[in-house]
Amino acid sequence: MALLKSSKVISSIGTFSPSLGVLSTRNSSWWGGVQMGPPDPILGVSEAFKRDTSSKKMNLGVGAYRDDHGKPFVLDCVRKAEALIASKQLDKEYLAIGGLGDFTKSCAQLALGADSEVLKSGRNITVQTISGTGSLCIGANFLSRFHSASRDVYLPKPSWGNHTPIFRDAGMQLKAYRYYDPSTCGFDFNGALDDISKMPEKSVIMLHACAHNPTGVDPKPEQWKEIADLVKKRDLLVFFDMAYQGFASGDIDRDAWAVRHFIEQGHKIVLSQSFAKNMGLYGERVGGFTVVCNDAEEAKRVESQLKILIRPMYSNPPMNGARIAATILNTPDLYKIWLEEVHGMANRIIKMREQLAANLKNEGSTLDWQHVIDQIGMFCFTGLKPEQVERLTKEFSVYMTKDGRISMAGVTSSNVGYLAHGIHAVTK
Amino acid sequence: IMSLFGEVPQATPVAVFKLSNDFKEDANPKKVNLGVGAYRTDEGQPWVLPVVKKVEKIIVADNSLNHEYLAILGLPEFRSSASKIALGEDSPAIQENRVGAVQCLGGTGALKMGAEFLRRWYNGNDNTKTPVYVSAPTWENHNAVFANAGFEDIRPYKYWDAEKRGLDLDGFLGDLESAPKHSIFVLHACAHNPTGTDPTHVEWMQVAEVMKRRKLFVFFDSAYQGFASGCLDKDAWAVRYFVTQGFEMFCAQSFSKNFGLYNERVGNLTIVARDSDNLKRVLSQMEKIVRVTWSNPPSQGARLVAITLNTPELFAEWWDNVKTMADRVLLMRASLQAKLQALETPGTWDHITQQIGMFSFTGLNPKQVEYMIKERSIYLMASGRINMCGLTTKNIDYVAESIHETVVNVQ
Repeated sequence: MALLKSSKVISSIGTFSPSLGVLSTRNSSWWGGVQMGPPDPILGVSEAFKRDTSSKKMNLGVGAYRDDHGKPFVLDCVRKAEALIASKQLDKEYLAIGGLGDFTKSCAQLALGADSEVLKSGRNITVQTISGTGSLCIGANFLSRFHSASRDVYLPKPSWGNHTPIFRDAGMQLKAYRYYDPSTCGFDFNGALDDISKMPEKSVIMLHACAHNPTGVDPKPEQWKEIADLVKKRDLLVFFDMAYQGFASGDIDRDAWAVRHFIEQGHKIVLSQSFAKNMGLYGERVGGFTVVCNDAEEAKRVESQLKILIRPMYSNPPMNGARIAATILNTPDLYKIWLEEVHGMANRIIKMREQLAANLKNEGSTLDWQHVIDQIGMFCFTGLKPEQVERLTKEFSVYMTKDGRISMAGVTSSNVGYLAHGIHAVTK
Repeated sequence: IMSLFGEVPQATPVAVFKLSNDFKEDANPKKVNLGVGAYRTDEGQPWVLPVVKKVEKIIVADNSLNHEYLAILGLPEFRSSASKIALGEDSPAIQENRVGAVQCLGGTGALKMGAEFLRRWYNGNDNTKTPVYVSAPTWENHNAVFANAGFEDIRPYKYWDAEKRGLDLDGFLGDLESAPKHSIFVLHACAHNPTGTDPTHVEWMQVAEVMKRRKLFVFFDSAYQGFASGCLDKDAWAVRYFVTQGFEMFCAQSFSKNFGLYNERVGNLTIVARDSDNLKRVLSQMEKIVRVTWSNPPSQGARLVAITLNTPELFAEWWDNVKTMADRVLLMRASLQAKLQALETPGTWDHITQQIGMFSFTGLNPKQVEYMIKERSIYLMASGRINMCGLTTKNIDYVAESIHETVVNVQ
């Protein structure tokens, strides 16, 4: 049996399947050596939250928007788009490997701006992907296959937890650059510049376009400008992850400013986009992956290779979400409603930040909570230490990740006071 | 300016999609597309199943539904009901709690998940040298799925006998006997793509016997359940037989064809394990792979299928819709064979009605295929594979005459 090949596997059988005895060929399994995978830290929070019976419990773990009643929010423009689509009685034929043309075109336009020179010259290739994760997966594998100049991907410290396994699984090497400054709960600008200045040429640098996850700390425009200059000097390949366009400031163009600035400065970026949050299309898996090339001819070659990557993964992407997104982006009335609704979501978050900071002051906290207001997007890096997080969970049934990150989307006008009370209690 | 991607070569296009493209651009009014594998009505149109239309309305009207993330492994009601479709409502393996599933992006996604898991955890850890056997011929994407998962040794097993236009059973069994132990075999559950040639029950039993004795891994690809005979249970016979034989196995299911949900990417990787403990650990590792690929699967298609499978009247209506499609294919097979016989086209054409499912391996050689495309605007794969669904009562005479002319004039 293959299982005999490794003593490590033999001991695993003993550890995990004592009932099997020692290598009984009749009862043994192919999977005796499969270890139990570690639980996902973020989902683990949700599961613990579900089990909690306290009426005051709060789930500040997972990053999905909630309205002021703590309920999932289906955008009105989405419902209207769905009704429009239903009335058209479309067929269900396979999409092209690269996805729905109406979607990819408007997806690129949203990120780059309608008057982008890149779009005019056709030197971008944009493919529809399985939301942000799928986009990063395609991107990571594309770089692994075709960016022979370097295996190194530099992530900001900290970054979204899933970035690391995605790039690692694609065969890239993970490195980090300084980003979050715990002493200020803000951006470590000098640390970032210092680290970037030392990155080997042609390394890949991952930048969060806006609403950094998990810290909510974004560089200011002047800082972005300096970063862009330095990155150019170092000849680095820029990978932008934009999962929150519109969601950060409430303004689509403002949130895409960094991406557009880099392109204007001549960077040939690769870009991942997600419509999970800004259109509330989480489970429909709507995303895009863009490569900005030298010219249209190169874009064609790159496109052909992206298709070769996609085909053995899932053949072609799902229609439903892309059709909804494309309808919204391409129907002026719906687009207008969408901008208002995105603005509304972002505004509610901003209001909750302000209320949380105000409530903490009212509780009598003498600590500086300015960062709660300064940080942007769905997440807030509170600065709470693991022991304080544990107390907050045990004593107040407030669920969040150990790094002190809270999802502001889980905060409402009815529970913000309770949250402030709990945070003050564990930090005073 | 030097580009980072200056060295990226232009890849050759995927054949089946290029064929569709060429067909689109052909101006000949008599053109026929016998290429891509999607069902067509007798009017040559795509067909959204009536039951699908019904369930879509139900979903739209249900205000309690939203677009929140599904769990990493997908919609539970979909996964369990989909596995029941493959293994049978009263499958002992299901009752013994040793069947699990991963909702995936179509059949391709299910194959991909299975392949990625096997590369990491089967036959040692990260053992990329485990041979993977795919039938000769097979669906052209099988190779790439396993190669991209990291497997280095992908080999053909004898399957299609071109001379007798049927199954090369001796060759198949011979390759099973000589394959290194623990090799992975990709088996087509029914309606073999591209040949339309399935083993009989007795032949499947022989295959199973060798695979059990030689400890080969069973990986079923089930993309046409219901489409082959028109009966879902009949088409699942091989998969269910292997379960009764005690195999731990994977079955990649697609609902693209039997639900007509091609573009919603509805697939399911059914996992049969020795016991629930092993199953649990396998699923936990599947989650890790899903998380770095697509995080969680799309909800629309899975919801649709789950509602249908779990609502008795809708389930019955679905069976009916599936039979409608299968029956039309059977009619076209009978029709084509009869016409070729009437024309006295050289050669034997019994294989057209003996083969099963969407595809037929006509036996036309590459030169003849080229002639069909260039001279007759009839588009088929270089292998001679035709999609029976591309035939209609209106074009079947033209196709039969064209095959006749081709066989007579081109060798």
